Amino acid sequence: MSKLKLDKVNKQLGGLRILRDISLEIASGEFVVFVGPSGCGKSTLLRLIAGLESICAGDLLIDGRRVNDLEPRERGVGMVFQSYALYPHMSVYDNIGFGLKLAKTEKRSLRERVLETARVLQLDKLLQRKPKELSGGQRQRVAMGRAMAREPDILLFDEPLSNLDAALRVQMRNEIARLHASLGTTMIYVTHDQVEAMTLADKIVVLNAGRIEQVGSPRELYERPVSRFVAGFLGSPRMNFLPARLLAPGAHSLIETPALGRLAALPFDSSALAANSPLSLGIRPEHLALQKAPGDAGLRVVGVEYLGCETYVHLDVGEDEPLICRCAATAEWRQGDRVELQPELANLHLFDADGNALPRHPTPDAATLRALAQGYA
Amino acid sequence: MNLRLLKKALLRLGFCGAIGVLLLYAVFPFYYAVLTSLKPSSALFQVSYWLDKPDFSNYAAVLQQASFLQAIGNSVFVAVCVVALALFLSLTAAYALGRVKFRGRATVLLLVLGVSMFPQVAVLSGLFEVIRALGLYNSAWALILSYTIFTLPFTVWVLTTFIGQLPGELEEAAIMDGASPWVALTRVLLPLLWPALVTTGLLAFIAAWNEFLFALTFTLTDQERTVPVAIALISGGSQHELPWGLLMAASVMVTVPLVLLVLVFQRRIVSGLTTGALKG
Ligand SMILES: Nc1ncnc2c1ncn2[C@@H]1O[C@H](COP(=O)(O)OP(=O)(O)OP(=O)(O)O)[C@@H](O)[C@H]1O
Ligand SMILES: [Mg+2]
Repeated sequence: MSKLKLDKVNKQLGGLRILRDISLEIASGEFVVFVGPSGCGKSTLLRLIAGLESICAGDLLIDGRRVNDLEPRERGVGMVFQSYALYPHMSVYDNIGFGLKLAKTEKRSLRERVLETARVLQLDKLLQRKPKELSGGQRQRVAMGRAMAREPDILLFDEPLSNLDAALRVQMRNEIARLHASLGTTMIYVTHDQVEAMTLADKIVVLNAGRIEQVGSPRELYERPVSRFVAGFLGSPRMNFLPARLLAPGAHSLIETPALGRLAALPFDSSALAANSPLSLGIRPEHLALQKAPGDAGLRVVGVEYLGCETYVHLDVGEDEPLICRCAATAEWRQGDRVELQPELANLHLFDADGNALPRHPTPDAATLRALAQGYA
Repeated sequence: MNLRLLKKALLRLGFCGAIGVLLLYAVFPFYYAVLTSLKPSSALFQVSYWLDKPDFSNYAAVLQQASFLQAIGNSVFVAVCVVALALFLSLTAAYALGRVKFRGRATVLLLVLGVSMFPQVAVLSGLFEVIRALGLYNSAWALILSYTIFTLPFTVWVLTTFIGQLPGELEEAAIMDGASPWVALTRVLLPLLWPALVTTGLLAFIAAWNEFLFALTFTLTDQERTVPVAIALISGGSQHELPWGLLMAASVMVTVPLVLLVLVFQRRIVSGLTTGALKG
């Protein structure tokens, strides 16, 4: 049985539909990350689950029980807020113990639970301090401790690391991962940050304009995005999109792009589309190899970004945005060089005019590909 | 170089001068009242701005009047009750107005503000009828009721603004911790509202302490009178003599506690109590 289940949940605020028909199942112990552009409804969805916002239509089930009308404290949910929202007039100890105190926990076990929570979060030495005497990372940990102390079955995080500096973010990210591994609590985590999403999640939920765009493991989402939106959202630098035209619909597609010429025998089924349909070809920067082009042929290098561990080469393809290739740090391309592109055909993505990914065949082996390509040529 | 120094010195001089004028303007009436109260009545009409030998006979005379002491007791009771009642009511009202989203919230706030714009005289006769109907005439409760009515708009308005400024996530965190609205208000928001409570409470106290018109209208006997009325009714030896010395001594005696109160509580009127709640 799933721990948490959303069934066609809708939310309206001020006549605006903020969430539409959200259906989602989350298993016990899973780490689920909500990502999406700003304003897509991530926080709202989290607050619906917490019980801070009411659900307009649809059902929310926790452990199979409908909890739409339950108070937050009755749902067994803890939440870490984006601004930590610590009680400024209470010590760390009281902050962590506040919920337990309200639940009329007996004094001895309250003390034990607070101390245990503080130990897990390495806050032992700070228990008597006030929030204003803590650093950002410590406040962050207190906020987590407060949410954890009542031992909720589900922990919710709303962009908990967004205001920390880069180094602390990495540290806290690892700490959260460690916590999840040791507690085994179901966690739902909202973030803007792709790296957080990819590294922490068992399951990523991509939201766009109040709808779920795709749900899947980080690998599924990265390698098999179902839409152009998801493909463009995950990955940095982001996926290159080139306009393309479908030449021959069929089980294996033949397309033409202004920049790359004809690409044959692509592993996508386009039989549902008409010939000449406009398409969008997606290529991740790491799935492009560059070769020196003779004379004036090929594409012009318009920019080179050297990052130490790798180099991004920008190519002019006659679009607004340059095509970006991820090359080894040792690559010695210069601005003005002319290069030829060699895309990895098996790792291309093809989207129709509505942005939906075309159905994909199981990756064919290289021999078949070659045979097919010769057939077309 | 020298010119710059000169300019700086002149600016400084002007600044100090301005402060001096302001101080004189604000403090002089009170200073003169103190001065007058410490003169024997024979020296009353010799204009002087300094005192060689204080004379406490006026104070002794005032304190010998039992009705004056009674009036001080009444004033304390009335003012304390008004502050307690007004703060409780306005705090709960401000929580609803500042935090709970409901239709017509802006209208209610404007109404509250509008009510406070009526002058006292305009409602005097109506209020008199109400107090008669409630059977409160000539009792401290008549004053408590009427003062609370006049204090509430202001306290509600100020506290609503304050509560609205506290971060909403703070209260939501309390709700997630299992707090009811009442617990969230008293255990989480209230400690952060101290500066606002102290300020509005002090102002309510001063207003109730100094009020004259209602106190004169709604009370009849010496037993129920408050200080402003009692002072106004202090009379001299004959019909044609105003006992300035006594009046001033009484006024100083009822003003000094207020000044002390402000001085004591101003330590609590400090900002920045929410530091540490949020990131940064
Ligand atoms: N009280 C409200 N009334 C009307 N619309 C609202 C209200 N609160 C939020 N919204 C709208 O709901 C949408 C979703 O907001 P939400 O805070 O969930 O976004 P988000 O995905 O968390 O964004 P971010 O990443 O910037 O935090 C936004 O478009 C916002 O404008
Ligand atoms: Mg948000």
